[in-house]
Amino acid sequence: MERTEISYQSPKQPVVSRKKKFWTPQRKEALIGWLFLMPEIVGMLLLNVFALGFSLYLSFTSWDLLSGLSGIKFSGLQNYIHLFQDPTIWKALSNNLFFTVLTVPVPIAVALVLAVVIHSKVYFKDYFKVVFFIPYISSIIAVAAVWSVLFHPSLGPINQILMDLGVSNPPKWLVDPKTSLIAVAMISAWAGLGYTIIIYIAGLSNISNELYEAADIDGATGMKKFFKITIPLLRPTTFFLLITMLIGSFKVFDIISYLTEGGPDNSSTVIVFRIYQEGFVNYNMGYASAISWLLFAIIGLITAATWKMRQEESF
Amino acid sequence: MLSLSNRISKIIATVFMGALSILFIFPLLWMVSSAFKFEKDVMRFPIEWIPSSINVVNNFKAVWMQNVPFAHIYLNSIKVAIIVTLISLIISTMAAYSFTKLKFRGRNLVFTILLALMIIPDQATLIPRFMLVRWMGLYDTHAAIILMSMFSIYFTFLLRQFMAGVSDEYMEAARIDGAGHLRTFTSIMLPLCRPVIATVAIIKFIWSWNDYQNPLIFLQSKSLYTIPLGMTLFRDDYTTNDAIMMMAAVSAIIPLLIVFIVLQKQVINGIALGGVKG
Repeated sequence: MERTEISYQSPKQPVVSRKKKFWTPQRKEALIGWLFLMPEIVGMLLLNVFALGFSLYLSFTSWDLLSGLSGIKFSGLQNYIHLFQDPTIWKALSNNLFFTVLTVPVPIAVALVLAVVIHSKVYFKDYFKVVFFIPYISSIIAVAAVWSVLFHPSLGPINQILMDLGVSNPPKWLVDPKTSLIAVAMISAWAGLGYTIIIYIAGLSNISNELYEAADIDGATGMKKFFKITIPLLRPTTFFLLITMLIGSFKVFDIISYLTEGGPDNSSTVIVFRIYQEGFVNYNMGYASAISWLLFAIIGLITAATWKMRQEESF
Repeated sequence: MLSLSNRISKIIATVFMGALSILFIFPLLWMVSSAFKFEKDVMRFPIEWIPSSINVVNNFKAVWMQNVPFAHIYLNSIKVAIIVTLISLIISTMAAYSFTKLKFRGRNLVFTILLALMIIPDQATLIPRFMLVRWMGLYDTHAAIILMSMFSIYFTFLLRQFMAGVSDEYMEAARIDGAGHLRTFTSIMLPLCRPVIATVAIIKFIWSWNDYQNPLIFLQSKSLYTIPLGMTLFRDDYTTNDAIMMMAAVSAIIPLLIVFIVLQKQVINGIALGGVKG
């Protein structure tokens, strides 16, 4: 890195003598550098920066898409006022929070234990890595199709097993407002568990064995080693997983759109599903843009908060 | 090596985990088993893991040769996934090369800004993207989905990590031999990056194969559907035939599963790479 800086800030020799030559090797390299970056920069500017800005503009308008660009009408803060008064949005927000509670802390804890066991306590390590990872690489939609049959309220294998075990009134899972979100969260946690395990195993293989050997000499028990060595040294990994999974849980959409469409009775609706519903089903583009900004604000807040946590070393 | 008691505890742990792993993929085992059955046997309890009467050929025909143009949908998925993977590899390797081996002012700033842009969720920009696609006349074309999936800062980031580890001497040697930057990039850097490119390509392919949101928003014609969206056609057409649903799910999952099992090291290492360095 240092060397690059120097080569720019010391234009002592050539500049005077070769005044005519504009395309110095440095300039040429810079030009090629920018050209190589161009596709990525243009794509990101167009699809992210410009799009985000445009959705901010749209969020202050009322527009139904069908009336063309000339139909965009400025409506001030109306969409945002509506946002605060819209019970479906509040329902979606609380569902997102509940979904996060179900799909972040528990899977992280379970994956940590499984990763430790797979990493050092079993034979056929690769087999276990692959099996737990299979749901993650499978299409979530195909997997959801399977679960929707498993969860069938009266005939599905899950409830048959529960009834066989003596549960007289098993939950109706996806079709009952009380359990629909839980069922979706279970599928989602199941499908994502392999990812969390793989990341933890990668973190574990970076911990030097010497630490454990030293602890063995001191006579530390397995539990003690787990809590005093493994967990503290995996902190960066846990932090990475926490932030990724938190954000992921607020972006959940596919499985809800396919399985429940937010129902029954909005019991499993979430923020992104509201964006989809308002924007692409009801064509309230302005209002959908305001919800988009709510999503962006939430994700920005989560990112900022977790970074602050890390900086204060409280994590 | 291991003491006897250690070995015994390792065997016990392996057996226990083995049982747990089978319980874990119970839904997928059940899916495969059901795809072989007659509809009336699917929900039979206790579960018949090995079907007593087999209807797999009819289920297969129903999925691949009847109401839903599944073979066509399959080809769509393959086409889109291959194009997305190729284009995004070109874009990301070029950017990563520029970030690591070409020196110019502003390079690091651009990289930091791109990383920061990663926090913008796709879904927050869906409506302007939709308008853009319509304005470009790409609505209801595969090009729309390809356009939405071909930029990936995440992969640029992974490739940059790898390229940063490639010694500058290779580049200098090429330059002394008179190779320009484009030559150096294509004939020196890309071959050196083969392992990481393979990893990124497989992961990108899997993601593209499984993408549901973009096709849902940007496609309308059934003839353009890709597999995840095609699954909705089965849901709507065969609400009462779970055996056929399961055959469709098997068809959607198994090919990718085989690719994954063959290339497991690349996929798993690639995913792990993102976590450790991220």
